Amino acid sequence: MDWNFIIFSVVKIAIVVGVVQGMVAYAVLAERKISAWIQDRVGPNRAAPPFVERIPALGPALIRLGLFQPLADGLKFLLKEDFTPAGVRKAYFWLAPALAVIPSMLVIAVIPFGSHLGHQKMVIADLNVGILYTFGIVSLGVYGIVLAGYAANSKYPFLGGIRSSAQMISYEIAMGMSVIPVFLIAGDLNLSQIIGWQGRHGWLFLYAPVSFLIFLVASFAETNRLPFDLPEAETELVGGYHTEYSSMKFALFFLAEYSNMIASAAMMVTLFFGGWTLPFWGLDHPATSLGMGLLQILVFLVKMLSFMVLFIWVRWMFPRFRYDQLMDLGWRRFVPLALVNILVTAVVLWMKS
Amino acid sequence: MIVNRKPLTIWERLYLPAIAGGFKVTARHLFRSLFGGKTVTMDYPEQKWALPPDYRGAPYLVRDQDGNTKCVSCQLCEFVCPPKAIKITPPGPTGPMADRPNAEKMPLEFEINMLRCIFCGYCQEVCPEEAIFLLKDYSLTGQSRQEMVYNKEKLLALGGTHPGIQKWKHKLEEAKAQQDFPVKI
Repeated sequence: MDWNFIIFSVVKIAIVVGVVQGMVAYAVLAERKISAWIQDRVGPNRAAPPFVERIPALGPALIRLGLFQPLADGLKFLLKEDFTPAGVRKAYFWLAPALAVIPSMLVIAVIPFGSHLGHQKMVIADLNVGILYTFGIVSLGVYGIVLAGYAANSKYPFLGGIRSSAQMISYEIAMGMSVIPVFLIAGDLNLSQIIGWQGRHGWLFLYAPVSFLIFLVASFAETNRLPFDLPEAETELVGGYHTEYSSMKFALFFLAEYSNMIASAAMMVTLFFGGWTLPFWGLDHPATSLGMGLLQILVFLVKMLSFMVLFIWVRWMFPRFRYDQLMDLGWRRFVPLALVNILVTAVVLWMKS
Repeated sequence: MIVNRKPLTIWERLYLPAIAGGFKVTARHLFRSLFGGKTVTMDYPEQKWALPPDYRGAPYLVRDQDGNTKCVSCQLCEFVCPPKAIKITPPGPTGPMADRPNAEKMPLEFEINMLRCIFCGYCQEVCPEEAIFLLKDYSLTGQSRQEMVYNKEKLLALGGTHPGIQKWKHKLEEAKAQQDFPVKI
């Protein structure tokens, strides 16, 4: 074993996990703020430690933006009573939040968030089967939710769990098939290689727009976001699978949901929007200097954040799908569409070669 | 009434017009509240809404324009109070006199438990002296139950003066006038 590799991997893991957690906290804030603005409200604009108010000009502006709200939220989750209802199946009840969080964090391991910084590749694990690993891990995500629904031993979480299992399994198929044309075109499963291909030939959503569309919709379903938030539909199921959870365990479900969003956004950027590349300023090939490397990480983050904003924005556009409509859309529209898409892409590539 | 439900056209079934419409509406509201400042939220403690003139807030004791306590400790309000929020301690036969001429007595202690008070206004209605009024306060807060029991001093301070009729002053003047009335036999 190479010590250099171990040390740098640990450092990268620590930084990535830290950044993702921070982004989750601020994604919640962004969600609340953007929701508020779309609904003609103000959103969180109070919480702040006492000294911030005294910073002239900047302080009040920061408070009005609610930048300290995530700190207050986090503290609240930590200090709240961790209540375990009487009827729950204890072991599963404790296991479920962990099972929800772990896959969502693991997915991020294979995503190249930059090209090079010095001699280090800016990806935690540069797997040759990158995308297969991702789909393998993402499909585990459903267990946390199903287990939470089962462990709570009450009807609303149970319904949430059932809905979630059906929904995630059906959309995973469409999602998995939607990206096959991408690999046909790029000719590689390694995500870094796919980004390299996009740097040379242009972004993949131009080559496979239908794939992108299916992937986008399926990732909304996979992350349980509106209009596919049936597993936690407040108006129907109280809180869905996390009804019986409180305090830090509830926070873990939240963390899982938002890190799933981040992972999906990162996947979309990597597969369809060129990852850390930009077609100008020489950003389309791996960085040679430190500054370029940092700039490429920034490019990746900006692309990812715009997808996060899209996730949040779409939430206020559509009403929730009915359960049968959801299944109809998944099985009878997207699965055939994805199959046709594979076929057409393959034929076109065959004709060209 | 029979509503004809037309089957959706292919164009509508693609959800695309709905998506475009959704983007349009949400974007309009987003930019309006972000840059136009057109939010419906009121920053409550800093901004407050205008109360209607007949608003019934918390009941407070008032003084007349000479600074005298108007309450004469008749205990009618205590009697009428539906949630029994008012507690009056009358001075008794040996207690101190009223702080103004021609009034028999004034309360030794007058307490309103604001946690019980329902702001119904019966006390104001029943008071023969016009000594208690429902003013405009509505956000009463305290750190303990004890703090929410307002005593006479606090109620008088919060109530302020009420420049209205001074019943007993006029009675005094009437009595004097009757005494001084020139009667010739």
